[in-house]
Order: sequence, then C-alpha cells, then structure tokens
Amino acid sequence: MDKWEDNRAWFLVLPVFVVVAFSAIIPLMTVVNYSVQDIFGPGQRVFVGTEWFADALSDRRLHEALWRQFLFSGLVLVIEIPLGVLIALAMPKRGLGVPFSLVLLALPLLIPWNVIGTIWIIFTRPDIGLLGVTINGLGIPFDHTASPLDAWITVVAMEVWHWTPLVALLAYAGLRAIPEAYFQAARIDGASAWATFRYVLLPKLRGVLTIAILLRFMDSFLIYAEPFVLTGGGPGNATTFLSIHLVKMAVGQFDLGPAAAFSLIYFLIVLLFSWLFYQALQNVGQGERR
Amino acid sequence: MARIALEQVAHAYAEHPRSDAEWALKDLDQVWEDGGAYALLGPSGCGKTTLLNVISGLIAPRRGRILFDGRDVTGLRTEQRNIAQVFQFPVVYDTMTVFDNLAFPLRNRRIDETRVRSRVAEVAEMLDLAEVLGRRARRLTADAKQKISLGRGLVREDVAAILFDEPLTVIDPGLKWQLRRKLKEVHKRRRLTLIYVTHDQNEALTFADRVAVMNEGRVLQVGTPQALFERPAHRFVGYFIGSPGMNFVPCVVEGDAALVAGARLPLAEEALAAARVATGRIELGVRPEHLRLAVEPAKGAAEVTVRAVEDLGTYRIVTIALGEHVLKAKLAADRPVPAGAAYLSVPPAAARLYAGGRLIG
Repeated sequence: MDKWEDNRAWFLVLPVFVVVAFSAIIPLMTVVNYSVQDIFGPGQRVFVGTEWFADALSDRRLHEALWRQFLFSGLVLVIEIPLGVLIALAMPKRGLGVPFSLVLLALPLLIPWNVIGTIWIIFTRPDIGLLGVTINGLGIPFDHTASPLDAWITVVAMEVWHWTPLVALLAYAGLRAIPEAYFQAARIDGASAWATFRYVLLPKLRGVLTIAILLRFMDSFLIYAEPFVLTGGGPGNATTFLSIHLVKMAVGQFDLGPAAAFSLIYFLIVLLFSWLFYQALQNVGQGERR
Repeated sequence: MARIALEQVAHAYAEHPRSDAEWALKDLDQVWEDGGAYALLGPSGCGKTTLLNVISGLIAPRRGRILFDGRDVTGLRTEQRNIAQVFQFPVVYDTMTVFDNLAFPLRNRRIDETRVRSRVAEVAEMLDLAEVLGRRARRLTADAKQKISLGRGLVREDVAAILFDEPLTVIDPGLKWQLRRKLKEVHKRRRLTLIYVTHDQNEALTFADRVAVMNEGRVLQVGTPQALFERPAHRFVGYFIGSPGMNFVPCVVEGDAALVAGARLPLAEEALAAARVATGRIELGVRPEHLRLAVEPAKGAAEVTVRAVEDLGTYRIVTIALGEHVLKAKLAADRPVPAGAAYLSVPPAAARLYAGGRLIG
C-alpha cells in the first residue's frame, strides 16, 4: 500500500504558529536580544556580550532577593500543601455540603490578585483593619508597614489564604478518585487512621500532590502583584522578592539590559527547580526498579 | 470458624424507602454453617454485594441481627468481627512489599514480629507467593494481587470467615481456574467458612459445596448444585441455573397427566398428589436436558414442530413449538434431530410442577 501524504494540513496549523510566534517566541527572543546589549535610550544601544549576566550573578541585592524568594516559597509550600490536604480530608463526600463547600473554597481563587493585596492592606491596618485592630487590641503591636517580621507574616498569610483552596480542590479530586475498596480493605485489616493515611491516601495522592507542589512552587516563585500591592517590597527591602526586584530594575531604572539578562536567569532557575521537584516526586516510593 | 446466622435482616440504601423495590435486602433469614463453602449467586442488582457487606460489617442493616456462633455482632464494626473480605478489585498497598502487605493485618494488631514472620511464611507458601515476598506489590499481575488480598485474610489467626465479592472478575480467563483451585485447596486445609459472591453460575457451581440463589433481595434457595439443578424451589432458580434455563409452560392437571396445548404429558404420583391440593395457576417445569424428541409418536408424547436447531459442538439446542408455547431442548450431538413435525416426551421423573412460581411437586 502506498503511503498517503497530504501536506495541506500544515496550512491549518499555520495560524497557531503565528499566534505562538507573536505572543511567545518573538518576545522571548527580544529579551535575549536585550540581555546582551546596553541600552541608553531608543536607538542607542551597544553590544556587551555576557557582561550583564556576570553582573547579575554577582549582584548582592539580587542574591538577597533570591534567598528571600526561596524562604518565601519554602514557607508557602510547607504550609499550603499539608493544610490543603487536611481541608480536602475534612470536606463532605456526599450530599448538599459538597457543592456548597466547593464554591466556598473556590472564592479566594476568583479574586483579582491586586485586589487581594488591597483587601489585605486594609484588613491588617492597625487603625481601621479588622485583623489589625483586633491584634493590637489584644496588646500585640502589629504593623506590617513598620516591622519586617509583621510584613512577612502578613504576606505569607495572604498567600496561604489565596492559594490553599487550589491545593484543597486538587487533593479533594484526588481523594474522590480512590476506589472505596481500598478504604474498606484497610478497615478490615485493622489499620488506624494514620496507617490508612500513610499507606492508602498518600500513595494514591502522589500524582495530584506532584501537580499541586509544582504549581504552587512556580506560582509563588514568580509572585508579584499581591506582595507589591501589600508592602511595595518594604519595609525597606524586607519583602522584595525576585520579581519585584526585577521590575524595579527594568521599569524603575530603565535598565533593560541587566533586567533582560536577569529575566533569563530567573526563567532558568524556575525551570531547574521545577525539574528537580518533579524528579524527586516521581522517585518517591518507587524503590526497586526492574 | 464460625456459624453465621442472619435474622430478619433487611436493608435499604435510601433514607426513607418508599416502595418494596427500594429495599436491597428483604426479610432475610439465613444460616451459613461453620466451615462450609458457599456461593452466593444471582443477577446484577439482586443484593449479593449488599448481603456480603452486611455480614462483614461495612454496612449496618436497617433491620435484623447478625450472629456469629450465637453472638450478636450487629453492633460491632468491621475490624471487631473476625472477617476478611476479598474485593472485586485487587487491593494491595502500593508502597509496601508483598511481605509487608501480608504482615500488615498482624502488625496493626500488634502481634510480635517473630510470629508475624512465621505466619506470613506459612501463608505465602500456601499461596505460592514465597518467591515474590521481597517484591513491591504494585508490580505484580492481577492474579498475584488477588492472592495477596486473600493472603491478608488468611494470616490472621482469628479469622472465622472469608467473604469474596466477585474476586475473579479482573483475572485473565486462563488463570481463573488456577485461582479457583487454590481457593478450594485453602478451604480444605483451613476449613474456614467461605462465602463467594458471583453472577457466573459456572464459577458458583464448581467452587461451592452449597449455592444460594438470590434475586431481588431474597435468597430463593440454598442447596447443592445437584439439588438446584434437579429440584429448583422457585421459578427463578429454574430459569437462572442451567444453560439454557428450565422450560416453563402453563398446564392443567387432569387425571394422571398434565394437559398442555391439547397434549397429555404423564406425571409422577408425587406431582399429582401435590397438584390436587394446589390452588392457582399451575406450570410444568422441565429442563432442556431431559426432553426427548422422536420422529415416531409414542405413548404420552406430544406433537410438536421443530423451529430451529443450534449446533454448539458437543450438543444441540433445539427450539420447538408446542401449540403456542416455545420450548428448548438440549440434545447430544450424535442424536438425530427430526425436522418439521416431531414427538416430544417428558419423563415423569423430570417433570416439576410450580404454583405461583414455587415448586409444589
């Protein structure tokens, strides 16, 4: 039988190529282009090779922002993943409670991100904010504009409030997918609640948790709008995460060259850690390989 | 080892069942003798799995009591009953080795480790799992996983009965008979009460000493495969057991024979006596295997028309018309099948009478 060829199908795929080119490839290549040039103004640019990359990698403020970012993402993961799983375990499996709790959980995910920052600014203001007034009323001085620790607590709390529902929804879907027979067998085997969790739930949730961890890591590593609206990166540099630092460089100081170089480094860091997480999670519990 | 008794057990899944149809189990009174191998046979939706879950404690029945050796266990949770259950779907703990899987029920009950090791070794040897004890359970085939599920039930010394919910459904057909044979071996060695749920009558009839046929929430008959075949107590049992099922035709008993579509079919004395006291519509039931077809008329034979013949290798299924009634006969492949008109005789010993769907004689 002759092999049948028809290349007209490429024309049908062409629009996708064009769209992706304009929205992703060309901007990316533009950034790469900027990263190897020194730009003084429109039309005035000089090729500088890898100078910006070397600068970025030795910039002290950038390193500080990087460590803050790792700390932030680490805290977020450590709090959100277990909390999300616990919430999913507590959610009703049947009846009217199911759609009700699902909608309630989804609400924080629907709010525009800068609005979330605004909500939390007001919420924690010591003079008119519900939380701020309550805490200060209890005698604990709390001001996220003045104290770096308070700012951190507020930013982490805001982030957890915002995104834990995503982990909870993913975990809930994963839990519903476990056949009832596993739980029944565990009961017959006399397994305690902890043993059931460890030997039935966690292994079955591994796929879902991988997705949840990867998503939360990437999102929290790239976070911009919420902390920027809430603290502007302050007090001082206390909550200046990587993206805020980058934007200050690029937009504030109009240093497009270094900013572009740093963007690429940023992208590669996220890629590297996502890959590391993925490999680690795939290998957990694999043990013996044939 | 346990004698399991069900007293007036009824269960409905709906909160407030409105009609009879919503009751999954209806007024069940049943005793499963100690050490017996029972098959629970019935069509889908008849309540077999519900009954199994009521016995094991995964479901609490709406009404009635369950007794193990005379002890009321209705209020006890599953873990407190001495029951093991093997599900349709092989359940193994993915992150553990085969050894740890088998040891799990014992370790949960805080048995000391030397005892655990010896029990696991014993059960692994019985189930031919000794070579794979060190392997991860999730990497094994479905039939090995079902053996592990069975093994988790056997390691426990306090297990009185093992319940099986269609355990061979996901097993390759070629391996099913091996597992069935293994189950019979285990039964012989340990003499546990086994209750095996299935909708496949071949499985039921080959595995069990006694078969309970269920339909629509009721147990219609419990008996040896022979008894179910020869003397089905209920119309449904006659229809369900055997392939094809029993033939039923309405008849009127007159004198010493049953009148069906103008033909007189002689009956045995026992059936005649029962018919005399019976009320309501009477039906004649006879298995396709017992029908005889001849070209020549004979005493007590009815004239019939042969409608179709299906050749299935070692036997033939012949569809015949007796008046407006259609019957099926199962004849050996070497017997000649008349074409067109023929004469059907029913041996009186094989003819059963049913009134209101129940066997009367």
